[in-house]
Amino acid sequence: MADKTSRRNFMKMGMAGASVLPFLRAMPALAQGSDTLVVVTGQSINSLDLHRTGTNRPSYQVAVNCYDRLVSFGTKEVPGGGLSYDYDTIVPELAESWSMSDDGLVLTFKIKSKATFWDGAKVTAKDVKWSFDRAVSVGGFPSVQMRAGGFIRPDQFAAIDDETFQITLDKPSKLSIPDLAVPVPFVINSAVAKANATEDDPWAMEYLHKNPAGSGAFKVLRWTPGEQLVYERNDNWVGGPLPAVQRVVLREVPSPATRRALIERGDVQMSFGIPDKDAAELAELEDVTVYSTPIENCIHCLCTNTKFVPFQDADVRKAVAYAVPYEEIFQAAAFGRGAPLWGGEAEIKDTAWPRKTQYSTNLELAQKHMAKSAYPDGFDVPLSINLGLASWMEPTALLIQQSLAKIGINATIEKIPGANWRTAALVEKRLALHLENFGGWLNTPDYYFFWAYQEGNLFNSSNYRNDEVEELVNATLHMSVDDPSYAPNIMRMMEIVLEDLPRIPLYQPALNVATNGADDYEFWFHRQLDARPLAAS
Amino acid sequence: MSLRAAQSIPVVIGVVIISFLLTRALPGDPAVYFAGAAADEASIAEIRIALGLDKPVIQQFFIYVGDLLQGDMGQSISSGQPVASDLANRLPASLELTLVALILSCGISIPLGILAATRPGTWVDHLCRVLVTAGVSLPTFFTGIVLIYLFYYLLGIAPSPIGHLDFISLDPDHITGFYLIDAALIGDWETWLGAAKQLILPAITLALFTLAPIARMTRAAMLTALSSDFIRTARAAGLSNRKVLYVYAFRNALLPVITTLGMVFSFALGANVLVEKVFAWPGIGSYAVEALVVSDYAAVQGFVLAMALMFVALNLVIDLLYTVVDPRIGFVAK
Repeated sequence: MADKTSRRNFMKMGMAGASVLPFLRAMPALAQGSDTLVVVTGQSINSLDLHRTGTNRPSYQVAVNCYDRLVSFGTKEVPGGGLSYDYDTIVPELAESWSMSDDGLVLTFKIKSKATFWDGAKVTAKDVKWSFDRAVSVGGFPSVQMRAGGFIRPDQFAAIDDETFQITLDKPSKLSIPDLAVPVPFVINSAVAKANATEDDPWAMEYLHKNPAGSGAFKVLRWTPGEQLVYERNDNWVGGPLPAVQRVVLREVPSPATRRALIERGDVQMSFGIPDKDAAELAELEDVTVYSTPIENCIHCLCTNTKFVPFQDADVRKAVAYAVPYEEIFQAAAFGRGAPLWGGEAEIKDTAWPRKTQYSTNLELAQKHMAKSAYPDGFDVPLSINLGLASWMEPTALLIQQSLAKIGINATIEKIPGANWRTAALVEKRLALHLENFGGWLNTPDYYFFWAYQEGNLFNSSNYRNDEVEELVNATLHMSVDDPSYAPNIMRMMEIVLEDLPRIPLYQPALNVATNGADDYEFWFHRQLDARPLAAS
Repeated sequence: MSLRAAQSIPVVIGVVIISFLLTRALPGDPAVYFAGAAADEASIAEIRIALGLDKPVIQQFFIYVGDLLQGDMGQSISSGQPVASDLANRLPASLELTLVALILSCGISIPLGILAATRPGTWVDHLCRVLVTAGVSLPTFFTGIVLIYLFYYLLGIAPSPIGHLDFISLDPDHITGFYLIDAALIGDWETWLGAAKQLILPAITLALFTLAPIARMTRAAMLTALSSDFIRTARAAGLSNRKVLYVYAFRNALLPVITTLGMVFSFALGANVLVEKVFAWPGIGSYAVEALVVSDYAAVQGFVLAMALMFVALNLVIDLLYTVVDPRIGFVAK
């Protein structure tokens, strides 16, 4: 062992180290052009394939921007300004036309004959079938979402000829066609995917994870996980009007303060998903336009778990509902972005949902209800919040805690880490009093009720059960909204749950987006960036 | 020398075991988390199998060690990439930032420390104290945001704080992963300048934070050295003030300074997290924190292992530096 380390030896070692530097492949070049938009977001995209296990929500936008579905939703103006997708209008994307059999069981789609994938291959019904088979077979979230529309097994899908695709349903449902317009059933270039599939990986999950193969409006020019994603326009897109910009650069900037500085200075054209506080303050500025769209079918709730004995008392639940300081919560937690859901009429005359409840802050009434209840002296209860959503849950919980103290309910705030939340709140449903934020992708009240008020379903974290609601949800879930019994049933459901109060609606949250130099932003229920309609201003 | 290297093997083995056990002790169930909110029991079970989490912990450990021996650190679920490639991309970014910050910090704090030691009690000494106290007491994310506000938002002289490079420049070819080195190697000075500009503010932020220990240690070590017998002898022998100060006193004072430097380097790498977040720097600190939050086992283990290996290497380098600075220290001498 030659071991005396001298200065000379040390120098030699340095030289040896320098000569074994790793040589890795070169990155493709990128330059910013004049028709480029730069978007910053705090979220990170972790896969280019929505069907893959572990793909996070921000990655869903790749399915939207780079792939086509058979159909899409139309566009409408939002009352408060800005654009939104329109749940009530279904427009063609890859399908040119479609028809439904008289019994509502067979859906037949005619695929646009000019539709091609990025590599020039024609989009055929076989590609659609392969993609749909994949979505129902891979398990996890994609398969769950497909089931919501009644798509369960590959044998329901058939490629009749190159341009005709057919779906056979087990039962007719109004959710089927809208469920084809959500990001999940996107159409993949099956020839490319199959060429990269292996025996262990028949659905080419590994390949499509990093190499999208679609027909969508944008191609992925470049993806550096944790840093940026660059979209480049597909000039041969036939799914809709050609995007106005050539490139969209999506940069990940974790710090909200930095994102705010960037959008205020105008160095980026859009900041996606900004905090409510920044939205309220940026809206005051002249150059910056802020879009705060209330998220459809989404409610921030205070949930009273029926497993917790005091909450089985109807008067206690009403007392809590009257004690909640709604306006203060809306200002402190949401900075006034979104829509208030309190102080409405008790009588329900329409099927609007989320809707204003008949409750508002009234401590006198709250105290009266408490006095009437079996717990006139109050009780102790833990109030649980999800640390992952602390930005709104923490101020909300503190305000509720203060108010409940005034009616004798002693709430202690229990903070649960994001990774444990789902198990505690939704699976074990063991949290006595907690905050919850479920929102349904498919925008009908019955869909919300199915997830949030039917016994055993995931977002029914209050363990609520009401026989009439069970029946009404089952009856309305697949019923057409034009059915004469639909509206009365829905109104009855709302009446029951707002009387029973397993979930006390607080407010409807908003998705905030700021632009400075970009136009035509459109809100989508999936709450991710749809880059297709954007234009530079 | 090789004995010195061999001593680190048990450390690494210990780190592998502890990091594995600690990640398993994290609260939360990754299968549930990654299945997504709307998933049902069946799909969670499928994901558990896909992640290998259905097997007993002991078996998972041996699979992990087996993979590790083949150089496979596993797949990060949160970033969707192999952990090894994540680390290869992000570690250089963190190191580049930390090293530049330390060079900057040494460039200021060592002369400052020397000046303070040679003129104790004067305004230089007080200035040193104020700067040092301010630097260490301001949290890095705060300094970062203030610098962005001043130099980017108000004055507009700093580039957009959006990470390694602005929108215009191209990434240099990946040779070392250090943008400054890579750009220089291929002679792309435009990119080099772009990368350097992006680096200035985060490096200053981190440098301010690391000034204190280095400056204080330099001052203390210099004071000790200057009051020792051999300096008095040297002065008595009539050596020039400059020679006494830099050749005899400073050389002797350097040893504790290097030790401190090693420690500062390791905690600066950790303190990076906040600076990385504020400047959207794609470094290893923010990566680890995000992985930790979602119980991404492979990524956390990979991070801990990489850091452990780096500290082992760092300690080795520092030990070697001792022998350079002070020829009296050797490893075989005993």
